[in-house]
Amino acid sequence: MHTAAALRAGELEPGTAVAQPLLSLSGVSKSFPGVRALHDVSLSLYPGQVTALIGENGAGKSTLVKILTGIYRPDEGEIRVSGDAVRLQGAEHAFRHGITAIHQETVLFDDLSVAENVYLGHAPRTRIGLIDWRAMRRQAADVLKRMGAGHIDADTRLRDLGIANKHLVAVARAMSIDARIVIMDEPTAALSAKEIGELFDLVAFLKGEGKAILFISHKFDEIYRIADRFTVFRDGEMVGEGMVADTSQNDIVRMMVGRAVDHIFPERQPNIGGPLLTVDGLSHPTEFDRVSFELRQGEILGFYGLVGAGRSEVMQAIAGMTGTSAGSITLAGHRIAPRTAADSIDAGIVYVPEERGRQGVVIGMPIFKNVSLPSLARTSKSGVLRLAEEFRLARTFTERLDLRASSLSQDVGTLSGGNQQKVVIAKWLATEPKLIILDEPTKGIDIGSKAAVHAFMAELVEQGLSVIMVSSELPEILGMSDRVVVMREGRVAATFDNAGLDAETLVRAAAGIVA
Amino acid sequence: MSAVLRHREMLLVAAIALMVGLIAMRFPAFARPGNLATVFNDTSILVILALGQMVVILTRSIDLSMASNLALTGMLVALTNANYPEVPIPLIIVEAMTIGAVLGAFNGVLVWKLGIPAIVVTLGTLTIFRGLTFVVAGGTWVNADRMSADFIGLQRGMLLGLPVLSWFAVAAIAFFFLLLTRTPLGRSLYAIGVNPSAAVYTGIDVGRTKFIAFVLSGAIAGLCGYLWVSRYVIAATEVANGYELTIIAACVIGGISIAGGIGSVGGALLGALFLGIISSALPVIGVSPFWQMAISGTAILAAVILNARGERKQGRIILKKAEAA
Repeated sequence: MHTAAALRAGELEPGTAVAQPLLSLSGVSKSFPGVRALHDVSLSLYPGQVTALIGENGAGKSTLVKILTGIYRPDEGEIRVSGDAVRLQGAEHAFRHGITAIHQETVLFDDLSVAENVYLGHAPRTRIGLIDWRAMRRQAADVLKRMGAGHIDADTRLRDLGIANKHLVAVARAMSIDARIVIMDEPTAALSAKEIGELFDLVAFLKGEGKAILFISHKFDEIYRIADRFTVFRDGEMVGEGMVADTSQNDIVRMMVGRAVDHIFPERQPNIGGPLLTVDGLSHPTEFDRVSFELRQGEILGFYGLVGAGRSEVMQAIAGMTGTSAGSITLAGHRIAPRTAADSIDAGIVYVPEERGRQGVVIGMPIFKNVSLPSLARTSKSGVLRLAEEFRLARTFTERLDLRASSLSQDVGTLSGGNQQKVVIAKWLATEPKLIILDEPTKGIDIGSKAAVHAFMAELVEQGLSVIMVSSELPEILGMSDRVVVMREGRVAATFDNAGLDAETLVRAAAGIVA
Repeated sequence: MSAVLRHREMLLVAAIALMVGLIAMRFPAFARPGNLATVFNDTSILVILALGQMVVILTRSIDLSMASNLALTGMLVALTNANYPEVPIPLIIVEAMTIGAVLGAFNGVLVWKLGIPAIVVTLGTLTIFRGLTFVVAGGTWVNADRMSADFIGLQRGMLLGLPVLSWFAVAAIAFFFLLLTRTPLGRSLYAIGVNPSAAVYTGIDVGRTKFIAFVLSGAIAGLCGYLWVSRYVIAATEVANGYELTIIAACVIGGISIAGGIGSVGGALLGALFLGIISSALPVIGVSPFWQMAISGTAILAAVILNARGERKQGRIILKKAEAA
């Protein structure tokens, strides 16, 4: 272990660093069609140190992990492992270079034993080239014992272990090839408090072994507990780094959110009426607890929170997709208890889900059929579809959204992501709802399409509709909402009026930092 | 999609035309309208069955029990006719479709309420229905002696120049065409096949829609139970044994995607006709039945490869988007 003073000296004079970084990235960029995921990013990981990677959703953390683990190739830039430049050719190749990742949900093989998981791909062999089962079990048990996880039997099927123990197996796998760089991607997201404690003991052990650890977390208490250094990403760029001990939480929050205005939000003159939707004490056995809020006519209500805070689950309950254990939903003065999506659509609530591909459009169907899908009861007559009516409906709503398509008979699968999103929104508008719930409406779409979606949202409320917008993007929340509900760990943490609201307040509320 | 599909169907039309042309070079009589009408009539039952199967396949399911359902229902209506010859034929048809629908509903409930994969459910009922056929018949069979003249005669009668059996196929084609292109149910069948998750959000009850698909395929199998028994004038445990594979083959050759959501009435019709022509023409030109099987098998693989190529382009786009998200 190094002293903080030595580290600081190393930081001040990179040329005489106490230790050469085990892994360093410089000038790494990566783009996807229409999206710049990483731009000129640099990062160094030192032996025996934990570096926390911090950033909002969409800041580029996942892309970075995928580059480090060989899943994506960077467009530009250099990766050095122990000073040698490497071009990672795939996951296996990264693994051979001693880079290993432990994900939120472990990516191991449930139906194989612990020993098999640890040694998959590099199992000890007998003289004639068969797997040496006995040696494999013994060595796996040794590794587990060395890292203080002797309670895990190497013969157990992985399926029978809890997530915390699966993480241990993933670490054992890293140890078994003498991995020097361990990436932990939100490893605590699914763990109990006790398990988190055990995981941190393990991190301390790995530090002692001289591993370089990249720790990705949204939770500030964890970062301050185990990280030595931090790096902050914002919009695909590295915007700050330093020693955790020298930096306050508020400084880090400021780095996360402070940004140049890259996007103009539509001017609105909110015309807010009486209450439309009242949710009172809505609870679910596991996902959310006593959630109460009110949505008024003509209002955009933002829902902010960390991933997993329970926002989507609350919305799915309102949309009839998830059951509830307690609480009530009142829409326009009437108690409703939707049991199916059809119930809530009939009541005038539509839910536009987050995953456009999986839950949104029906690829292979033309645009007009996608638009008319939830409105078939209206566009058909005595059980017979009227295609002309469907076309008319689709034209009305796609034109309002400025959809770019050669014809309404075009397969939605051939449209860009942004235009697909417009089809999804058109589809829901066509049901003529009172309330529209947009879950991450602009996630993963390009700036131009984002602006169109925002302009359209403004138009919706102008026409008297009410909108609930679940978003993890602060500029969007601040730029579009009239009021903001912040959720944390399944509960409503705070409700704010947007007047004079700043990003830091929201992030603090979402992360549970007491100002 | 429709452009690709149309293209695919045109390919099948060309293959069939080529086949008929080749056969006609040696046996000109084969291509005469009268003979082609006979081939169509001989293929009618397969056409109807393939349409019923298609509805199930569209929903990402499969009905392996259709041929057994056909045998069981065929046996039951034959026994009805043997014991109560006075029951009018329209009522027999209603009986066949009702029994078939009930058997199909049994499949459907297991898929819907218990969430068991359709292939497992219908593999089980394939055996159960076949076994029940043996049980209800007491191990015997019903042959021409015990069938009434009406029972055997109806579908052999002629109407507007076509045998009544062919008219059943025409009616089924019209029914399924309208169902799939002109009703909300038809649209739902496609939607849940392509993207069940999106369908749920749209308010479509996926389980219930699958259930209806099984009821339909069951009713169709039941109808064909009567048609088969009266056409071949025998109801026995072995009737249509293994025929479920021919039905599925017709669907696959017709471009209906086993992965669900893709397929058309025209495709199912052409797929069934393709197999029908092979089985009626090859004996004429002296090709052994084993060659027939090899040709059908090759056609199935060719169809699957062509369809896979057609769908791959879309897959790439989705993958790119998944990465960008």
